[in-house]
Amino acid sequence: MIGLLVAAPLLGAAVLLCGGRHLNRTGHWLGTVLAGVSFILAAVLFVDMLGRPGDDRALHQHLYSWVPVGGFQADIAFQLDQLSMTFVLLITGVGTLIHLYSVGYMEHDERRRRFFGYLNLFLAAMLLLVLADNFLLLYVGWEGVGLASYLLIGFWQHKPSAATAAKKAFVVNRVGDAGLAIAIFLMFTTFGTFAFGPVLANAEEATQATLTGIGLMLLLAACGKSAQVPLQSWLGDAMEGPTPVSALIHAATMVTAGVYLITRSGAIFNAAPDAQTAVVVVGAVTLLFGAIVGCAKDDIKKALAGSTMSQIGYMVLAAGLGPIGYAFAIMHLVTHGFFKAGLFLGAGSVMHGMNDEVDMRKYGGLRKYMPVTFVTFGLGYLAIIGFPGLSGFFSKDAIIEAAFAKGGTQGWVLGAVTLLGAAITAYYMTRVMLLTFFGEKRWQPDKNGNEPHPHESPKTMVIPMAVLAFGSVFAGGLFTSNDAFVNWLKPVTSFEHGHPPIGVAAITTLTVVMLLIGVGAAWLQYGRRPVPVVAPRGSLVTRAARRDLLQDDFNHVVLVRGGEHLTRSLVYVDNKLVDGAVNGTAAAFGGLSGRMRRVQNGFARSYAVSMFGGAALLVAVTLLMRAV
Amino acid sequence: MNPVNYLYLAALLFTIGAFGVLIRRNAIVVFMCVELMLNAANLTLVAFSRMHGNLDGQIMAFFVMVVAAAEVVVGLAIIVMLYRSRHSASVDDASLMKL
Repeated sequence: MIGLLVAAPLLGAAVLLCGGRHLNRTGHWLGTVLAGVSFILAAVLFVDMLGRPGDDRALHQHLYSWVPVGGFQADIAFQLDQLSMTFVLLITGVGTLIHLYSVGYMEHDERRRRFFGYLNLFLAAMLLLVLADNFLLLYVGWEGVGLASYLLIGFWQHKPSAATAAKKAFVVNRVGDAGLAIAIFLMFTTFGTFAFGPVLANAEEATQATLTGIGLMLLLAACGKSAQVPLQSWLGDAMEGPTPVSALIHAATMVTAGVYLITRSGAIFNAAPDAQTAVVVVGAVTLLFGAIVGCAKDDIKKALAGSTMSQIGYMVLAAGLGPIGYAFAIMHLVTHGFFKAGLFLGAGSVMHGMNDEVDMRKYGGLRKYMPVTFVTFGLGYLAIIGFPGLSGFFSKDAIIEAAFAKGGTQGWVLGAVTLLGAAITAYYMTRVMLLTFFGEKRWQPDKNGNEPHPHESPKTMVIPMAVLAFGSVFAGGLFTSNDAFVNWLKPVTSFEHGHPPIGVAAITTLTVVMLLIGVGAAWLQYGRRPVPVVAPRGSLVTRAARRDLLQDDFNHVVLVRGGEHLTRSLVYVDNKLVDGAVNGTAAAFGGLSGRMRRVQNGFARSYAVSMFGGAALLVAVTLLMRAV
Repeated sequence: MNPVNYLYLAALLFTIGAFGVLIRRNAIVVFMCVELMLNAANLTLVAFSRMHGNLDGQIMAFFVMVVAAAEVVVGLAIIVMLYRSRHSASVDDASLMKL
């Protein structure tokens, strides 16, 4: 039954990618239906799981032993517990909606069948990732989603920028994947296995150094996949992919795999406080980093990408807080999955109506022309800024409280960072909203001189947006009533109530105040006066933020140049020192033998001289030795 | 007469022979010098035989003579063949044994 969850989209991928052109007319519906089948299976399993008591909800399924060699046991085995279930529902649910959306969005693309094949491949890999019951199988899924992400970012490979972005994402992810591989090696040498059960149960028996090492390597893996500092540079460029891909992979599901990994390995992090501190720091830094980048981008998708980075920063930060934060990290992940996917789909809908224009400065006043998109996008917007009563409010507020509850100076710093993040989030999302839907029309004809004629998108696109908007509004309230979500995850992630040093009511008030400050600042700048079509030069910080806070320049100077210098110096050492020693020895022997060759002149008398000389020497030495 | 004098004579003959081998170019002369060295050795053997009062040295001298006779046969044949092919008996002309 669990295997079927993965098998359905995998079958879809196989049929769509191997099947020929005659599937072109029906292929997209096949892909969508198989994603839907997966979702229905997940829903059945979910209902079944709800019927059992809390501690008895995990299901295990052992398919077969992949590599049984002595002490090394690699199994293809699945584990479906509450944490996996949450992800499975999110992946298949949002996945199905986005398949449906893509039917409309990719209508005019002649390679639509292949697109749906890749989407199904992604679903299968992502489900494998969250259903695996050992780290090795998780790694298979981890690489699978990396592959699907690469293929989909570079889907419009005829554009050089898309091809480059795909390569960039692939290479940066590889750095993180190396971290995961090393973490698995360390687990195997320490625990003799990499199955979740034994590794996590025995985590505390390992030495502190080993646990910190495993934790840091897992964090590196999470940074790569979830676009956290310092491996964040790929996410902005990944927006070159089709918008449904950005919504599904680079907002709702794949990029949250890092949070899943950290939460799943919670036992290791709980026993390694240093690694946990590193996780919190990475989360806090990325939270502000992504938010600042999001403020400066004029490309609607890149602004949302900065926002994704920042929101995942919240999740990573919460996951780094330990048992007081895991459940909230996952809760924010799910609500974020709803509203961010909805926002991306809305952005796609706007682009669809505006001749694929992405520059928000060339939008303006679209609310009259695209009312449904405006409403769904608006609800997603209210959810992400944490408007009281909507999803984002509940999940983000919980994380801010947990950050304060960390205690000590750390608690205050983290609390302040998360509050500041909330204000910046409100600022840049309001900016997106005002630039796109309000103000006067700033539309420009596209390259071919076609004036845009904004219109509402087809039903296949509008329905998923409406469903996601519904989720953005109600999911948070549903999850927090009676602590339903926390109680649901408690048996897997464990949970402790955090006790913030200031009252919960005070924190909520502060959050709302920060939210109002952010919205107000954005309104003062973009709502009150007309927005220039060409972006003003801006301050130093703005220009840096437009260049993704110089992350690519940093990578270029430190890693590319540094790497070049390193290899050059290594080549120099190799040529001069290593080769020099070898070649020098050879040349010395060559020269020596060239000289010695002259002794062999062919004259018998000269040989006789050497014989006599040698004999005389022997006699002399013998006599001398005797004398001594 | 003091038998040691024979040793001095033998040493003198050996030295003459050795120098002859080293400085003469004519293969026949070189060959004769080799014979001179062999006979100097023989003289030494016989002299030691006399000094020690046993026959070991003299028997050894006979062996040397036999070997010398065999060597003369082979050596002269080589020199004759060399002369026939090159019309010269100079040892320096036969300097092909080099790289």
